[in-house]
Amino acid sequence: MANFSLKVNGTTHQVEVEDDTPLLWVLRDHLNLVGTKFSCGIAQCGACTVHVNGNATFSCVTPVSSIGNSEVTTIEGLSKDGNHPVQKAWDEVDVAQCGYCQAGQIMNAAAFLEQNPSPTLEEIDNAMNRNICRCGTYPKIREAVALAAKSNQL
Amino acid sequence: MKTQIGTSRRDFLKIAGTTAGGLVIGFNWFSCDSPKMEVLSTEQILAQAKSFNSFLSISPTGDVVIFSPNPELGQNIKTSFPMVVAEELEADWEKVRVVQANLDPEKYERQLTGGSGAMPHSWERLRKAGATAKYLLVAAAAQTWKVAATEITVSKGIISHEGSGKKGHFGEFVAVATTLTAPEEVTLKDKKDFTIIGTPVKNVDAKDLYTGKPMFGLDFQREGMQYAMIQRAPFGMKLVSVDDSAARAVAGVTNVVTFGSSVAVVGTSTWPLLKAKKLLKVNYEPDGVVESSTDHDRLFTELMAKGKAEVKRKDGDVASAFKSAAKIVTAEYQCPFLAHSPMEPENFFAHVQGDKVELVGPTQTPDRARQETAALLGIPPENVSVAITRLGGGFGRRLRADYVVEAVEVSRAINAPVKVTWSREDELTGGAYRPAVRYRFEAALDATGTLVGYKLRGVGMNAGNTTREANFPSGAVDNVLIETIEHASSITTNAWRAPITNFLAYAEQSFLDEVALAAGKDPVDFRLELLNRAKTKPVGELGYDVDRMLGVVKMAKDKSNWGKNPSVKQGFSVYFSHKSYVAQVADIELAGGVPTLKKITAVTDCGLVVNPTGANHQVRGGIVDGMGHAMYTNLTFEAGVPKQRNFDSYRLIRLKEVPEIETHFVDSGFDPTGLGEPALPPTGGAIANAIFAATGRRLRSQPFIEQKEFSDIQLQIKRA
Repeated sequence: MANFSLKVNGTTHQVEVEDDTPLLWVLRDHLNLVGTKFSCGIAQCGACTVHVNGNATFSCVTPVSSIGNSEVTTIEGLSKDGNHPVQKAWDEVDVAQCGYCQAGQIMNAAAFLEQNPSPTLEEIDNAMNRNICRCGTYPKIREAVALAAKSNQL
Repeated sequence: MKTQIGTSRRDFLKIAGTTAGGLVIGFNWFSCDSPKMEVLSTEQILAQAKSFNSFLSISPTGDVVIFSPNPELGQNIKTSFPMVVAEELEADWEKVRVVQANLDPEKYERQLTGGSGAMPHSWERLRKAGATAKYLLVAAAAQTWKVAATEITVSKGIISHEGSGKKGHFGEFVAVATTLTAPEEVTLKDKKDFTIIGTPVKNVDAKDLYTGKPMFGLDFQREGMQYAMIQRAPFGMKLVSVDDSAARAVAGVTNVVTFGSSVAVVGTSTWPLLKAKKLLKVNYEPDGVVESSTDHDRLFTELMAKGKAEVKRKDGDVASAFKSAAKIVTAEYQCPFLAHSPMEPENFFAHVQGDKVELVGPTQTPDRARQETAALLGIPPENVSVAITRLGGGFGRRLRADYVVEAVEVSRAINAPVKVTWSREDELTGGAYRPAVRYRFEAALDATGTLVGYKLRGVGMNAGNTTREANFPSGAVDNVLIETIEHASSITTNAWRAPITNFLAYAEQSFLDEVALAAGKDPVDFRLELLNRAKTKPVGELGYDVDRMLGVVKMAKDKSNWGKNPSVKQGFSVYFSHKSYVAQVADIELAGGVPTLKKITAVTDCGLVVNPTGANHQVRGGIVDGMGHAMYTNLTFEAGVPKQRNFDSYRLIRLKEVPEIETHFVDSGFDPTGLGEPALPPTGGAIANAIFAATGRRLRSQPFIEQKEFSDIQLQIKRA
């Protein structure tokens, strides 16, 4: 066991866990931030996506020991009141079906648009292809990311 | 319309006006960083609200709380059910809060999610619940204002009397209304007057979902709760011994317990358990037949040839029809086992305390969870409470209660509250799969190309009846023989979204294409010819409405511009399941010789569309699901263990693999039917038929990408 000081959503947290504990389980089981989801555990589905220094990161395969001073942002910290352009677009398009994968989808989309504010549809597809949605909301995900990009520029 | 109020034991009217406050959700979320304003305010409303019936309570502030009894797994029932209640109540949707009801068989019938059956079952009940409350509120206003109830109008939560100019919101009449006697019958609205039903109402949980609020079973936590993960035996094996010393040595592991052939590692958080489970040294021995996929292929061939068949349908004289046929077409189709793979893996919270049990988690069948728990512990079912969380998908997997009972076993063994979590590997290897099935079709055509004989024989691995003997083309053919053969496999199976028809529809609709080709007829004309025969001269019992099926076929032909563009190769498919009718056309373009799947057009008759947004989502989602599993997904076995253990090898469809999907709905005037399943079955057939039209390759097994006929096709997907 080791003690880690983690900056999550602008707050510093102390946790005592094994070095190899994935960030996902620190967030869920130790910091009670359960918006970040577990689904595959092997960086295949993207349900666990968070931002580490602004980059979309699979938290299920990111050991807590690798975080250091990096800033971690989870879905709970993406915006103050659910008013991030991506969250608003998700609401506008009414994307979710079961909703389980959507936090990861939103976090991936938000990081992507931060780095590429005016993407082509092809670029949106390439970026969002790393997240699985078992309900098949893909057409709406594509639509919502495009809408967020558009509304962000107004 | 007038409608009689039922008088069953669970009749919602019997409790009208008897309890204030209604249900309070039995959740004890303590884990949230941010304050739960939404939930708190709903609870505050409930604290002062009065209950009109099982479905709704209204507070003096005029806020309406609608209880949604059926589990929500993405089919949008938690939005569409309350829409129906609010419609008849004439509520202001902005003033409606929706609460997921806990299991309560005294208050609710059929509190489950499966078979796309919730809406057809509850449509009338929900309307009556809203209409009855409106009647009582109007009666209370009439009494208060001393005017005739017939002169009162209600709109958006406001009760008005034009003559006197009096006006008030619902809340002002709640106290009086709940003292009045509920009517024997109520008048339901004319469908043309609907203002909420038929409009695109958004998901009531949207904000919580998009801000990461704890909503799912896996998010549930309780102080003092232990975590557990379970190592289960391969199919056909049983546990002999376990060496758990290495697992116990992992920091954070507090216990290892065994029940049946399962070994549970218990601890204070999840990660140590994922590690410890891999360190268990478990010895198993055969406990029956240990099967591999090669055994299944051999069994299919043997059983198809000489298995003991159960006759499901026999019309006319099939032997004579085939003897005198001008042409006979025969083909076999096969599908693999599939896991359900909901994004939220199985999990459940259980707390056994003496002869009482508290259960919290994602289940499609809360009552089954209660019953199986009660049976395991030998306690009355009433001693088991079940709080229903939102489900991160279900697809039929959570119709079973195996993963609930496991949590009960662990809680009993460790005498503490526990949440059992499945890893993805557990989920893919843990059983209750869509069964593998092989079909053989035979068709007899006469000299005019008329289908005069039709034979279907299905062999299934724990599939039950592999056929749907009253479905099309039954009824349209004079001589029919439909048989099914069951193999009792050691691999467990369960309903999987659109059970049986998820593959049967593909096989049948592909085969009908083969028959149309042999008859020299256009695939759509051939189906229309059959349907017209079923209409004018039906043979035997028909499980479907011929006119409604004709309706979707004709509209799909029209909307897809069937056969109009020579550069677009099209595949047609139509299927009836779960009371709804769906026709689909897949378009493949051959640009520069490369086949490109461009579009799928879907026409659905699900009766009245309650929520156009939700309906559109269900149809598109069903098509993506049907396409994904037809194209890409396989589950194969080696010595009783699946070879595909996670999403790296168990391939699910991704965003870039989805073409444009265009949806249309038939305005048939019927009451609404469910849409969780019916759009899935036709998709594989539409795509396979389009691939045949474009390339001449007939795909008779799934997944397509593993078939040698498909290996050099290089199918591209064009996105909108």
